[in-house]
Amino acid sequence: MAFQRPEFKEQYENYIGGKWVAPIGGQYFDNTSPIDAGFIARIPQSTVKDIDLAVEKAWEAAVTWSKSSPAERSMLMFRIADRIEENIEMLSMVETCDNGKGIRETLGADLPLVIDQFRYFGGCIRTEAGSVTNIDADTVSMEVHEPLGVVAQIIPWNFPLLMAAWKIAPALATGNCIVIKPAEQTPVSLLVLMEVIGDLLPPGVLNVVNGFGVECGKPLASHPDVKKVAFTGETSTGRLIMQYAAENIIPATTELGGKSPNIFFESIMDKDDEFLDKAIEGLVLFALNQGQVCTCPSRALIQESIYDKFMAKCLVRIEAITRGDPYELSTMMSAQASNDQYEKIMSYIDIGKQEGAELLTGGNAYKNPQYPDGYYIEPTVFKGHNKMRIFQEEIFGPVLAVTTFKDEDEALEIANDTQFGLGSGLWSRDMHQVHKVSRGIQAGRVWVNSYHIYPAGASFGGYKNSGIGRENHAMMLNGYRHTKNVLISYNKNKLGFF
Amino acid sequence: MPVERVSVTAAAAEVIDRLRSAHGELMFHLSGGCCDGSSPMCFPLGEFRLGGRDLYLGDIHGCGFYMHADQFNYYENCHTIVDVVEGRGASFSLEIPLGLRFLIRSRIFSDEELADVRPVTAVDTID
Repeated sequence: MAFQRPEFKEQYENYIGGKWVAPIGGQYFDNTSPIDAGFIARIPQSTVKDIDLAVEKAWEAAVTWSKSSPAERSMLMFRIADRIEENIEMLSMVETCDNGKGIRETLGADLPLVIDQFRYFGGCIRTEAGSVTNIDADTVSMEVHEPLGVVAQIIPWNFPLLMAAWKIAPALATGNCIVIKPAEQTPVSLLVLMEVIGDLLPPGVLNVVNGFGVECGKPLASHPDVKKVAFTGETSTGRLIMQYAAENIIPATTELGGKSPNIFFESIMDKDDEFLDKAIEGLVLFALNQGQVCTCPSRALIQESIYDKFMAKCLVRIEAITRGDPYELSTMMSAQASNDQYEKIMSYIDIGKQEGAELLTGGNAYKNPQYPDGYYIEPTVFKGHNKMRIFQEEIFGPVLAVTTFKDEDEALEIANDTQFGLGSGLWSRDMHQVHKVSRGIQAGRVWVNSYHIYPAGASFGGYKNSGIGRENHAMMLNGYRHTKNVLISYNKNKLGFF
Repeated sequence: MPVERVSVTAAAAEVIDRLRSAHGELMFHLSGGCCDGSSPMCFPLGEFRLGGRDLYLGDIHGCGFYMHADQFNYYENCHTIVDVVEGRGASFSLEIPLGLRFLIRSRIFSDEELADVRPVTAVDTID
């Protein structure tokens, strides 16, 4: 099938209480595609009144939905997954247009993982069992789960549908109602998804409200009737989210990014085989999604003894990255998600040059001949040292910072010398080294001889400044529910104190 | 006069004036992490709760500019310039509804400047 820019409506509305509802203030903003800076659609510029309405409708729905059976919720998740699968090509094109990432990735990764997420949590909720403990001969303790009620979710722009699925699936599975706000750069794909799956959901269970952070995200995150907030983004907003949660005494989960080390030990060069080929790709994965991934392997740590030979092979692979039309399956790198993101990445390339890092490839904007107004940047590699800003700050672009190490101890020292701890990778043929180093890295995810795979069921979350909480795993179910202890005594006799 | 750590472009100062007339006194906090991380966030003064590990780097156009100590480790040798570009950031920063985004540009201090650069202040020591 040939892929192309999909058709959109001129204007979308909020999805509240199972209906398309215009923003109460009547304001809209223009959503554009970073592929060509062209207009996609008008999107509601919602305010506190729209948030109040959505939270109210969600609570109305919670009366029934919070008592739904696991079987019912599980079936809903499977139906959502099936419906997305039936529309995978259309939704992939929508996501490509909205975010700028290539169809190669939306069709090959983003949407299949969305489907996988709903099936995984549909399975989890159907198969899990609670616990009952015999405290003594006359006393039984039951741990019973109950949904929180209405939860708020704020979604980033780098994987608009996938990050929405990571948050929606466990919240629905546990019987909560949701008010969700997509990022203002990438609002349209979730609205199109609601057109696809809306009829499967009881009205008010999943509500989508659009707008800007300060006008719409803040009222949602600080709403007194919201019982949990889940956020993916940066540290200042993450701190504000936790600050508002503290004021309302509710839980918040935050995923706040990283500066992930990708460590290459000398044994990878022992043979010139498929595994070496895989390791080279493992380094080049910094360019996946144009580097706009919280776990982007943006620091490559290469053992000194293999640096020259291994880096030469990697640079050949990087320079072979194909550019062109994001709607072509063969195009490997596409557009950055917005103009301000493009400008920020270019400012960091400038910082790298000023800091004296050695530019190994790239370092410039890329003029896409087909889309001269889009936001494209060359895959860029700097060699330098770990104290440089390009090694310490998340650039969130296709910019790799490379350095070398002598031995395992130095590799770990550099890997952990960062304020973040989200992703990491290590590549080695030495089994003992793999175990030792993977336990030594301070990060929530260590990919061993692999990178950038995100199967549902493998927990995901951060150490250090990378945030609090784990997603993509059954343990997130407990992030969306109360645990009630029912303690039952069979003994008819009093305690004896009074 | 010590060498300032932070400055602001004329275009960004103009946006600060617009925001100040709408929202009152303002503050800046440099964010870290993914998505809109590594960008300056502009909030109404007092909206963002500063902590004991936040540092005050100086004022820009009448607004305090703050950064977490973990980040400052790598800004010690840089002059930070707050600029503004067209764009659509995702965060609670005040300029975003205007279709604008504050942005950091940087310049490495010379040795002479470093010798006389303004010291940073821990937030909990500010009166």
